[in-house]
Amino acid sequence: MTVYDAMFWFFSLALLLCGVLVLISRDAVASALFMVLGFIFLAGLYLLLEAWFLALIQILVYAGAIMVLFLFVVMLLDFREKRRWWHGNLLGWLGAPLAVAALLAALLPVLKRAGALADAPEKWFEGTLENVMTPVFTRYLLPVEVTALILLAATIGVVVLGRKETKP
Amino acid sequence: MIASLHSPLATELAARYPATHPVGDWVRAHLSPFGAFTVNALLALALTTVFVSLTALFLVWMERKVCARFQLRLGPNRVGPFGLLQTLADGAKLFLKESFMPREADFFVYHLAPLIPITSSFMVFCVLPFDHHIQIADPQGGLIYLAAFLGMGVFGVLLAGWASNNKYSLLGGMRSGAQMIAYEISYVLCLLLIVLASGSASTRDIVLAQHGTVLNWWLFKLPGCGALGFLIFLISSTAELHRAPFDIAEAESELTGGFHTEYSGMGFSMFFLSEYSNLFVAAGLGTTLFLGGFLAPQFGLGPLDRALDLVPGFAWFLLKVYGLIYLYMWLRWTFPRLRVDQLMALEWKFLLPLALGNLAIAAVLVTLGWLLP
Repeated sequence: MTVYDAMFWFFSLALLLCGVLVLISRDAVASALFMVLGFIFLAGLYLLLEAWFLALIQILVYAGAIMVLFLFVVMLLDFREKRRWWHGNLLGWLGAPLAVAALLAALLPVLKRAGALADAPEKWFEGTLENVMTPVFTRYLLPVEVTALILLAATIGVVVLGRKETKP
Repeated sequence: MIASLHSPLATELAARYPATHPVGDWVRAHLSPFGAFTVNALLALALTTVFVSLTALFLVWMERKVCARFQLRLGPNRVGPFGLLQTLADGAKLFLKESFMPREADFFVYHLAPLIPITSSFMVFCVLPFDHHIQIADPQGGLIYLAAFLGMGVFGVLLAGWASNNKYSLLGGMRSGAQMIAYEISYVLCLLLIVLASGSASTRDIVLAQHGTVLNWWLFKLPGCGALGFLIFLISSTAELHRAPFDIAEAESELTGGFHTEYSGMGFSMFFLSEYSNLFVAAGLGTTLFLGGFLAPQFGLGPLDRALDLVPGFAWFLLKVYGLIYLYMWLRWTFPRLRVDQLMALEWKFLLPLALGNLAIAAVLVTLGWLLP
């Protein structure tokens, strides 16, 4: 086993463990923290794939911005009462394995091809800032700008909806 | 401006400012690649740890001295020459103090929180170019890395406020969380301004792009936009650092101590350490982005320029950084504290539109090539 393999297994298993802990931990803040940790391990997997830019954006956007927002909301609502770890009901316990099975069934074609993909002599694409962003600002400029416009519209919409009615 | 990473100018600069340090070369020559990597990484880690600790100690002393001078006092002057060892004595006292925790506090999160800001501060130190060959890592997306790990620091503040189970701590944590998220936007827009101007997000390339005379520093070279960007950077980084006039997170008169009210002993000293190492990081970033980093100031006067160029790069870097740190301290002891609503209004209604407009104008200037020669 090479260092690369060891790191891959470390990051993957830690990521899975964090995912499970997000679900079963009793405390909403602890769940959010395990999610941050999971995002960091996911960034580690991206680093192993030489997707430098994606790894940094993963930490900047998900672990940094989005999870801070989550934590903020959790703290403001203050879920102080501890949930029992078996929270949920029989339906939940039966439904969860079913959902996992359905997901695996959907991923099965990809998993079958995984061996072939690993052996294929592909063109290696190093995910540096330059390599990733050049197509974004040339070939895919229009979709990016349209997405930005939609996000801007959503932001303005939130501001309008969240505005307090002021009495005249 | 380095138009391309492969242009003749870029090659000439790379030859003039080599990226490898003699010590690192020596290790690489004597060990296998993996061993050399490990040894160099450990060396860099040890050096960073020592440097950050000493810098934080020195900065605490400097803050107290500067504050004292502003208030016509003497400041610490009993322990060691000029009171230099005062911080060390205080540190020893904090180290020996009992570290107690409120009974209803969340044990794990309470103890985790002080470690996060100091970790993020150490991570950011890795991409600061102290000299052309004293920089731990130079990733191509250096400024994205910097923004990512600077942003992680807010977790420590939020979690400390929440885990202490104290209303003042929670209020302080919430306030500073909201403040850091808000001011991070204009902070990152300032980074973007410089990325736009220098055509690279690597901190080393940004410094090398300011090669030439003093007028080539981005502060002056982007006419107007550079100076305005520097001003926005100063304001938003002061807010990011929770320093007065933006220290509502620990407004003593309202919140006793803000998010670190319930921390004592080492937990408190970790927050204190990270506060001052972040101050150094902010000043180092300002130096790198706007003041030519490790490059010696050149004035276009032959003999003077050559004399200034003899001084090693890290001396210039530290000189500029301490100049900026003095400016931060000056601001702190001059302005009164803002109210929460004033703080938020300043960012969202004034600074953010200003930074966006500045970025747009700078984009036009860079595209048309209207830069100082």
